[in-house]
Amino acid sequence: MSVIYVLLAISIIVAVGFFIAFIMAVKKGQYDDSYTPSVRMLFEDELVKDNSNKTILTKKD
Amino acid sequence: MTFVSGINEQIIMGNNTCFHCGLDATSSTIIFDDKSFCCNGCKTVYEIFSANDLTCYYDLQQAPGATPKDIEGKYNFLDNTKIVEQLLEFNNDDTQIVTLYIPHIHCSSCIWILENLNKLNPSISTSIVNFGKKNVRITFNSESLTLKNLVALLSSIGYEPFISLDDYSVGKKHVDRSLIYKLGIAGFAFGNVMFLSFPEYFQVDGFWIEKYKHLFRWLMFFFSLPVVFYSAQDYFVSAFKGLRSKILNIDVPIALGVLVLFVRSTTEIIFDAGSGFFDSLTGLIFFLLLGKFFQQKTYTFLSFERDYKSYFPIGITKITAAGEEESIQVYDIKKGDRLLIRNEELIPVDCVLIKGTAHIDYSFVTGESKMVSKQSGDKLFAGGKQLDGSIEVDVLKSVEQSYLTQLWSNDVFKKDKAQSFTNITNSISKRFTIAILSIALIATSFWLLTDSSKALNVFTSVLIIACPCAIALSAPFTFGNILRILGKKKFYLKNASVIEQLAKINTIIFDKTGTITANKETSINYEGTQLSLDEENLLKSTLRGSNHPLSRSLYSILNKHDILTLDTYEEFLGKGIEAKYKDHNIKIGSAPFVGHTSDTATLNTTVHVSTNNQYKGKFTFYNAYRKGISQLFNILKKEYDLVILSGDNAGERDNLTKLLPTKTKLLFNQKPEDKLEYIKYHQNEGARVLMVGDGLNDAGALAQSDVGIAISENVNIFSPACDAILDASKFKQLFNYIKISKSAIKIIKWSFVLSFIYNIIGLYFAVTGQLAPVVAAILMPLSSISIVAFTTIATNIIGKGLDTD
Repeated sequence: MSVIYVLLAISIIVAVGFFIAFIMAVKKGQYDDSYTPSVRMLFEDELVKDNSNKTILTKKD
Repeated sequence: MTFVSGINEQIIMGNNTCFHCGLDATSSTIIFDDKSFCCNGCKTVYEIFSANDLTCYYDLQQAPGATPKDIEGKYNFLDNTKIVEQLLEFNNDDTQIVTLYIPHIHCSSCIWILENLNKLNPSISTSIVNFGKKNVRITFNSESLTLKNLVALLSSIGYEPFISLDDYSVGKKHVDRSLIYKLGIAGFAFGNVMFLSFPEYFQVDGFWIEKYKHLFRWLMFFFSLPVVFYSAQDYFVSAFKGLRSKILNIDVPIALGVLVLFVRSTTEIIFDAGSGFFDSLTGLIFFLLLGKFFQQKTYTFLSFERDYKSYFPIGITKITAAGEEESIQVYDIKKGDRLLIRNEELIPVDCVLIKGTAHIDYSFVTGESKMVSKQSGDKLFAGGKQLDGSIEVDVLKSVEQSYLTQLWSNDVFKKDKAQSFTNITNSISKRFTIAILSIALIATSFWLLTDSSKALNVFTSVLIIACPCAIALSAPFTFGNILRILGKKKFYLKNASVIEQLAKINTIIFDKTGTITANKETSINYEGTQLSLDEENLLKSTLRGSNHPLSRSLYSILNKHDILTLDTYEEFLGKGIEAKYKDHNIKIGSAPFVGHTSDTATLNTTVHVSTNNQYKGKFTFYNAYRKGISQLFNILKKEYDLVILSGDNAGERDNLTKLLPTKTKLLFNQKPEDKLEYIKYHQNEGARVLMVGDGLNDAGALAQSDVGIAISENVNIFSPACDAILDASKFKQLFNYIKISKSAIKIIKWSFVLSFIYNIIGLYFAVTGQLAPVVAAILMPLSSISIVAFTTIATNIIGKGLDTD
């Protein structure tokens, strides 16, 4: 058994793996919105503290 | 005196703008946290954000907000569970998902605040913004937060969603991603097949290649299977359809080429006659799909398919016989029902006014923002928006039968424009296919006589090399690039075929109001007794406090004066303003309000003025014609027949004849159906019509014309169904845009010439019977890439020409 078969098998498995990842990404809608994620990734640190106990709902004057 | 002014002009003056929305806050005294606000609404939003540690909202973008509007009662239809169920995307016991369209989404602050909605209300678990589509997908728990309260929460922070009848009927939208899958598969196979073909390209002799070439070839075969049977299936389907209706479209030679490539390659590897052409096969389909993908430029924030449903509300309040209010679905409205139309609500059906004073804004229908007053007993038409308090009406007709909505039952809305016209690629493909087939037959019969063993080889080679990859790519890449260039210049086209249609037109028809007149720009004329300096001073000081659009535009055209501090100031909604300074009293507003009874019913918007209970005169507002309209018409008249079709009366005829070239046809009092019929008649006479309009009343004409362009002051708000949307500020560029589409056709013709040269070179190899796989593998990508490069560079050069204007 020549080494070329092993190499071919590995290369095809890797390629198919990436291909499946691509199909899954498309299916999940990752390519539907190409703008918002680019802005969202910069937000992480914006919230100073998490006030999950406090709620002010629709406040009317 | 006549003045021209821009209402929407913002005065940016340091601290004097509202911290929340950026509007002028000079006249307001609302200060909170050392920040000035233009109104209490804006201040309240700031309070909500600061109480929840969400003030980062103001760091990301300066003054990103919008003033929250009063929505009291407007969303009562969301109490109706049937309507709510239709709107929800997902509905399980304690998890509900809804996607809401929010027109105000415009910056990174908007994304940030809307994705942090859970900080404002714990019942919201997640919210995800799609910036391009301007919508937000919210997951919430309806046990503690109803959809109505969610909408109220969004409205209270200035992000009022827009819910229309469209959301109701469409249901769950299905996204078509098949082109990306096909492209992905073709690209994946192309790359792998290329690697596997390399050893045989270089003709490595000896034992090694002899041992492994079969494995390599069969691997290539398996990679090409999904490409031929899945990625390329559209070409086979289209070719089959074309042949059945006896049209030789471009997909016929493509499908033929793909089929011959696959069959010949497969037989070659089965009988060990050669390595086959799997590399060219997968590459060909990959490039073709790439062109298709590139041409598919879509503007997610625009819609070209809107009909009245996008404008109409879902639910409306019905007053039952017992006098109770009940929310019902718009389609359930029956003749004879009594409806309650609230402030800022749209009238969905033709009806008769029963109670209350109606001030109707028909701008959705006519494109003109002008208020019409109606008395009890007057007929109201569907599409009008009530602007002043609630009214009660009796229904005359159901939604589908109303005057405005009837237009959509016309057949023209069911027709697909793209199908009824042969595009440039298909028109050349007919001759091309015939030529290729005859070359193939002649070459084959020649070889049959001289060396019959080579005949079949030559026949297939001709069909392979002549596969019109480069021709099929010329149009997609040229149009795709033009589409992007025009999009940057605020001229948004629905698809590529619009460019071809635009290049062919010979008649241009314009709507008047809102199309050649501007809504933003107003000219104001004063009639009456000359105002004294004191009176003018008082007038200006009084207007300063009012937020009414008419007050604002009037304020901006009056001369600068010392600002007086008024003793009393009162604004009467829908009537006018009254103010007092020392012993001077001033009233500004409608004719009855200022005590002027002998008002002759004019069609124009007027503001009347009286001081110390003495009538002074009136300011009349006219829509001004767009700048550069004369020049535009004068350039256009050389090549096109020009027509103005107006739904208005002939009052402006004299002005228009002065302004426009003499041979322009002017037609007034045209109903929506009349416009449609006019275009249809002239198309039968051989005219190819470009219709430029704006309101829903032009919708029929826009659909009937060869190219329908909707003019829009703000592309984010609504425009009727059309082929293209043009930003109003670029109106005078219309001629240049038409010129560009003509140049695009020229570019495509040149790239056809270029691809014929490649075909002739390829055909030389094919007919002489020496087409090696490596030659095909070099020629095909080379021709494709050079065509793409040529069209891209050429379109960018003509696009550059636009900048200098």
